[in-house]
Amino acid sequence: MSSEVKRDPDGQLPYISGHTLTSVSDKISEVTLRPMKNLPLIWYGGLALGVTLLQLLFLAIYMLVTRGTGIWGLNVPVAWGFAIINFVWWIGIGHAGTLISAILFLFKQDWRTSISRFAEAMTLFAVVCAGLFPLLHVGRPWLVYWLFPYPNTLGMWPQFRSPLLWDVFAVSTYATVSIMFWFTGLVPDLATMRAKAKDVWAKKLYHGLSLGWTGSARHWHRYEIAYLLLAGLSTPLVLSVHSIVSLDFAVSLEPGWHTTIFPPYFVAGAIFAGFAMVLTFMIPVRSIFGMKDLLTDRHLNNMAKVMLFSGLIVAYGYMMELFFGWYSASVFERFMVLNRLTGPYDVSYWMLIVCNVLVPQALWSYKVRTNPVLLFIICQFISVGMWLERFVIVVISLHRDFLDSSWAMYAGTKWDWAMYIGTMGLFLTLVFLFIRTLPFIAIFEMRELIHKDEHHHDDHSDEKH
Amino acid sequence: MSSQLFTSKHNTLARLTLLILVLGGAGFLGIMDMIHRSPYVRYTKVRREQPVPFSHKHHSNLGIDCRYCHTSVEVSGFANVPPTQTCMNCHNIMWNESPMLEPVRESWATGESLEWTRVHDLPDFVYFNHSIHVNKGIGCATCHGRVDQMPLMWKEKPLYMKWCLECHRDPAANVRPKDKIFDMAFDPASLSREEREQLVEEYGIDHADHRLTNCWICHR
Repeated sequence: MSSEVKRDPDGQLPYISGHTLTSVSDKISEVTLRPMKNLPLIWYGGLALGVTLLQLLFLAIYMLVTRGTGIWGLNVPVAWGFAIINFVWWIGIGHAGTLISAILFLFKQDWRTSISRFAEAMTLFAVVCAGLFPLLHVGRPWLVYWLFPYPNTLGMWPQFRSPLLWDVFAVSTYATVSIMFWFTGLVPDLATMRAKAKDVWAKKLYHGLSLGWTGSARHWHRYEIAYLLLAGLSTPLVLSVHSIVSLDFAVSLEPGWHTTIFPPYFVAGAIFAGFAMVLTFMIPVRSIFGMKDLLTDRHLNNMAKVMLFSGLIVAYGYMMELFFGWYSASVFERFMVLNRLTGPYDVSYWMLIVCNVLVPQALWSYKVRTNPVLLFIICQFISVGMWLERFVIVVISLHRDFLDSSWAMYAGTKWDWAMYIGTMGLFLTLVFLFIRTLPFIAIFEMRELIHKDEHHHDDHSDEKH
Repeated sequence: MSSQLFTSKHNTLARLTLLILVLGGAGFLGIMDMIHRSPYVRYTKVRREQPVPFSHKHHSNLGIDCRYCHTSVEVSGFANVPPTQTCMNCHNIMWNESPMLEPVRESWATGESLEWTRVHDLPDFVYFNHSIHVNKGIGCATCHGRVDQMPLMWKEKPLYMKWCLECHRDPAANVRPKDKIFDMAFDPASLSREEREQLVEEYGIDHADHRLTNCWICHR
């Protein structure tokens, strides 16, 4: 097939080839519309694994609510443990979706088209998982509305000077805008699904959700404006959310936290982790459902490049943390650095360097970037590395700070782990249900791409390549 | 599209649903807030059932001072609920056959305390001290209302944190001269603002730098 395919002017293979407007619609919608028995076994396996782990999450939440946060490993001096590590880990993973859908959209990067829907959905699911941690960390989640400024009988507002409150706003805004953006982008496809669905209930569902979309010129016109505005609205959020998360740490005076580099370093880490997670799902999914013609090796190559770039920023951040520690000339900062490198948790620090700095250097090679298996393995290293990064920042900084008499060790309990693994179950469940119920590649955007592509080749049809 | 599942009347239905969601959401929050502030939750101005229908109004009008029963109000955090002995000081000679006072006599005979229903009950995480308030010019009536006019005790104020803070933010609003502390009829508003600020100065109520609204003042 590839021998006949016309290449782009820069010699690259096009992002989509061998498809017509109809074939692309049929192919993507077929995953959602085929009978249950025709779904690949691995889809059932994935969902079963997700649902099983989800039960662990329910159990962990039940235990937490009935027994209290004492079942976690938190204690002074490490009063922030798994809850915040996992919160930051998940919210970071959620960053790829908005970056792909908003920023790459504004920069007119055509290759975002095939991955945007999937990445946005993953953003939403990751934000759901992330939100669970602060929600449950408060101990009495039914009182969580206390976090919001509302007219109350206390005669007090929440502490507006605390980054933890900014977090509440940042994350809830992020969730709201991401849902709106995702749903708006879905409407034209839901209308396609409505037309294709045979089952009465599926038809009704898609019919209702497509909000009366007719595909008229007026609808398209308004759609384009709404989507552009939402992209503009989401763009600052990509940078603001994780900046604010980083301020939870940076605003405090804790050695290892009180660093000006935190906001950009956290945002880069979020994009790094987010792309790794998107690839973790994208690589198997494109094989399972035979989507290699829509999710090409060139997509993998591009995403790997973004990972390499953001990974280098993260590596720079690690370097600067060490440098700041030395340059501060503060005995506490210098001790913190030494404690990271050689203290009781030194293994986690060096594993972090291996996972996030050394292993991703393989991405300099084009062969690695376009090799799905190697890329998948590297993504696993990055996911582990990004979790270790948060562990290093949170635990190593807290467990030995100013007051030596309070030094202590920290470890997650079985309920900490149950909760963490449980949220992975929630994530898996949501992803597999999403793959089945909604078109996981934006159909109409792919059609637009084919349309553009045809015209592009028409324009150059006289030229000799 | 071969067949339409929805007709144009569903447009109205969709718009109505949106309207109901918005109004319903706002209404739900509004109702929750109203319930939270209602006497239903706080028992504000609700007469409470007691083992003996003790009338503060009656006893106060006889000329009995608050401190005859609430003995420790000036020296302790707890104002004191009197023992049965205090009741019996008078009631072993007057109304000593009244069926209404049977539980009091029974308590006297058996030594079992009367179990009064507490009307002003602060949560356990709030530290409150009567003596500091009484000694710094806050009268009984400021918080408890006209107890001398209550046949059965009720809670005059809801005891919201907001209500505590109002006074802690501006003590001059409610201070009175020390000889008027137990004067139920005295109204601090009868003094001028300057006079009350003078009293705050005189009592040494130090509320500079929001000192009186610091968390640990009440949550220790």
